[in-house]
Amino acid sequence: MGRGWTWLCLLGGLAAAPQAAGAADTINLIDLAELSGSGATVGTNFKNGADLAVDEINANGGVLGAKIAITHWDTQSNAGVAKALAEKALDAQPYALLGPGYSGSVKVVAPLAADAGVAEIMGGEAADLTRAGNKFLFRTSFGQQSSMPKIARYIADDLKAKTAAIVYVNNDFGKGGNDSIVKEFDKRGVKVLLDDSTEAGQADFSADAIKVKAANPDVVFVYLNEEESARMLKELRKADVTKPLVGETTLIGQKVIELAGDAANGAIGHVGLTTDAPAPALKAYRDRFFAKYHYVPDHNGIKGYLAIYMIKAATEKMGKIDPKGLPDALHGLSISAAKEPGILLDLTIDGNGDLDRESFIGRVVDGKQVITEVLPKLNP
Amino acid sequence: MANFVALLIAGLSTGALYALVAVGFTLMWQTSQTINFAQGEFVMLPAFFMLAAMNRGAPYWLALAVGVALSLAILGLAFKRLLVDPMLRHGVLPLAIATMALSSFLKESVKTFYSAEASPFPSPAPSSDLKVLGVAVSWQSLAGLIAALLAVTFLQLGLSRTRIGRQMQAAAQNPTVAQILGLPVERLILYAFLLNAALVALASALVSPIYLAKFSNGETLGQAAFIAAIVGGFNQVRGAVVGGLLLGVVENLGAAYISDAYRDAIPLFVLVVVILFRPNGLVGRAEERTV
Repeated sequence: MGRGWTWLCLLGGLAAAPQAAGAADTINLIDLAELSGSGATVGTNFKNGADLAVDEINANGGVLGAKIAITHWDTQSNAGVAKALAEKALDAQPYALLGPGYSGSVKVVAPLAADAGVAEIMGGEAADLTRAGNKFLFRTSFGQQSSMPKIARYIADDLKAKTAAIVYVNNDFGKGGNDSIVKEFDKRGVKVLLDDSTEAGQADFSADAIKVKAANPDVVFVYLNEEESARMLKELRKADVTKPLVGETTLIGQKVIELAGDAANGAIGHVGLTTDAPAPALKAYRDRFFAKYHYVPDHNGIKGYLAIYMIKAATEKMGKIDPKGLPDALHGLSISAAKEPGILLDLTIDGNGDLDRESFIGRVVDGKQVITEVLPKLNP
Repeated sequence: MANFVALLIAGLSTGALYALVAVGFTLMWQTSQTINFAQGEFVMLPAFFMLAAMNRGAPYWLALAVGVALSLAILGLAFKRLLVDPMLRHGVLPLAIATMALSSFLKESVKTFYSAEASPFPSPAPSSDLKVLGVAVSWQSLAGLIAALLAVTFLQLGLSRTRIGRQMQAAAQNPTVAQILGLPVERLILYAFLLNAALVALASALVSPIYLAKFSNGETLGQAAFIAAIVGGFNQVRGAVVGGLLLGVVENLGAAYISDAYRDAIPLFVLVVVILFRPNGLVGRAEERTV
């Protein structure tokens, strides 16, 4: 009887063994995405990019024979909701967590994922995300510590600006970017005439545009989330601001161009990820995304897509499906687009989870993003 | 000085939109004791009616007509017959709670059946500027200001100079006596709801090019209009106008000259001050039901 109970317990234990992380036939991923609220553009594009990647990989046999199953949970662009969802998601023992896209939400989710030993591949861009010593957090785009020096150099050296007005969003993303760009401007002798904070989800930017006009800077640096960028561009146009408008991907992304219309023309941005880049893999991705979703993806769509292929590359490097080994496999990983076309551009992940990759300077011309300069990897 | 003028005009333009929506609040309160906490969503929704029509190839003017027609039917007639009439029997509070539920329902419906993302919305006004007192002012801001003020002016004239308007005022002041005198009180109340539906449709067409069409637009607008109605005087249409314009200007000037960080707090501060020192609003009167 005792031996029978022992076998029964053993069988029960095996049956109860975690299925979520990586049973032989399924890699379970959970994506915490801003599917509603002020970040709906960010999260929806990230989700669509990730789904596309999952479909492609599964159609080609999966990863080491295992299919990927992904579920998307709506953080409502709210850090409190993101935290609650992360706790629930980690209880399900996913192979990896994806997202969130908002840096403020990443800050509350990342410690939970780290405690659980689960790799988190997210879309946040705030500089301090990867400076907290978290070995389980990975970017899908440049951090502000990489992008702001490039932007400041362009403004000071190429545009020859001596003064600047900054308009930024008052959240972790915006404040991090503002801190970084102010430091970089100071290093390059660009005087900041206006440092204007705005609110996430803000609808009326007329006062901010008038303040920019009154400051009369050589250049305007706009660092807002996508929808707010579109509203700001419209107000700057209405206020007859004719100075160069410079930003990051969130200023000249495809969704912003669609929302701002003609007001986006002339805007300049440093873009880490764009389907307008002179890279065949990116153009092919854009065509596949358009065929599935009937619109052109923005950088968030590329981030979601890349996140899945980063997991694929790291898992194949390990040679086994091992969620505990995934973070170490990602650190120091160099992925060549020639060998893994899904990664779109050659990519290296450093020990902090930051990325090194070439990037671009783009300008909006007649409603389209045109790449005017290619910037190489920091460490080619 | 040029900046002040630009801020003033921009503030008046925003305030005019608040006034349009706030007038609807006061109309419904005066005629049927309805506090509509879904008023912000009533402004959000017609934009999506119009977008749906434009997505099917309708030109702007036709989409606008469709938006107004659907707004009258759903946000006017259906709202009154299916929600207000059944709930009002149980008192003002249950009706107010029901409108809160309606607000969530409308928001989530648009998010689910249309999109959670913002959509661009065309403006009937040109995107160029003209010079006013030496300041570049956009046609869009001016068009919004002029359209809103014209609508409110015609509304006031209609209510005070036409037979139906005077009947609506009579029914609002004393529905029992009005009924005794043979006025069709229920129909007159319905007209108030239809007027509100038309006003919110107009507000939607004016605000959506600036705010972009998004399911969550109603939150900001509803709150601003509610504050404007209280600040101006909940029992006076002209109070809603004064409150709306004042709020728009104070918001803009406060954001520019005091602090951006307190942009959302400034209207609430104004509200508290007005409630403390003039609880009936700046132009409202105590215990008087006047449309």
